[in-house]
Amino acid sequence: MLFGLFVLLACQLAGEVIARGLGLPIPGPVIGIVLLFALLTIHGRMKQAEKAEQGDVAKAADGLLANLGLVFVPAGVGISQHYQLIFDNGIALIAALVVSTALTLIVTVLVFRAVSRLVTREENPS
Amino acid sequence: MTGSPAFDLWVYLAASPLLWLTLTIGVFLAAQYLARLSGFHTLVNPVLITIVLIVLVLQLTGTSYNTYFDGAQFIHFILGPATVALAVPLYRSRKLVRASALPILAALAVGAPFAMLSATGIALLLGAAQQIVLALVPKSVTAGIAVGIAGEIGGEPALTAVLVISTGILGAIIVTPLMNALRITDYAARGFAAGLTSHGIGTARAFQVNSVAGTFAGLAMALNGLATAFLAPLIFRTLFGA
Repeated sequence: MLFGLFVLLACQLAGEVIARGLGLPIPGPVIGIVLLFALLTIHGRMKQAEKAEQGDVAKAADGLLANLGLVFVPAGVGISQHYQLIFDNGIALIAALVVSTALTLIVTVLVFRAVSRLVTREENPS
Repeated sequence: MTGSPAFDLWVYLAASPLLWLTLTIGVFLAAQYLARLSGFHTLVNPVLITIVLIVLVLQLTGTSYNTYFDGAQFIHFILGPATVALAVPLYRSRKLVRASALPILAALAVGAPFAMLSATGIALLLGAAQQIVLALVPKSVTAGIAVGIAGEIGGEPALTAVLVISTGILGAIIVTPLMNALRITDYAARGFAAGLTSHGIGTARAFQVNSVAGTFAGLAMALNGLATAFLAPLIFRTLFGA
């Protein structure tokens, strides 16, 4: 448990060092995802993939992800400082959210379907 | 009132991290219980309920956000390691990724910029304030990453968190009727669209509908988080020339 938490924090710390060190406009934890994925891949190759999938790090990650909702609360409560901004931009905000969400769903699903149909056609030419 | 033991106790507790930390976790647990009672109805979102209730408590007690955040920052800090933790489900579904790599990459390459450009484009057209437009950029990304992206491009993290949660709830509500209307029965494609558009909340919804949809949704959430983190600064520079 403690080891798993240490690895997650160490990946985040390394991500922050890389992001700030190279002046990259990417959040440190995002680089941390890439680092942890690489570590899990190396660990899986050296031992068994199952150990990487179910080990200490995976258990710590599962524990955090199971309660993911809670960690959004402190930032979300900050909305109390922005009532005015939201009321002033209410229509633009609602339109942007609703239209963009519906269109993104449609565009993404259509591209996925079109490419997967193309791929299967090439694999099984009839 | 002044000088009474109850008042003194309140003055002491209201300024201490202990009270706000305990309250945040307690209200969230109660909201999760409510969600379970409702049979995990999409509209009964525990994150949304907790935020609303805590905002009410702060208003009623005249507590400032800074005082609250002194306590809640311990939870806020967990956003970082929880984001890194997304590598684990991504690693677990690596075989699935390899098997449908091309449709995944194509849908990601189109969907990730589309989610950002459509929202910011509409907001700009309707004359929204720059703060709103900036906070909309990472709206389809799981909050851990979105708050980080907002910080990088100068958006307000609190506003971003609220827009992210709103997008998640909206997507989760409309995805099933929309896909049925389009007559798309491919659950991999449906799930991927749900996860890309509405991150963790869409993924939770996809798992309720179909387990293949859920797995692809989780994958789309992690990949879109990565893609948006790389693309958002570029799009921001294009929009505002900074």
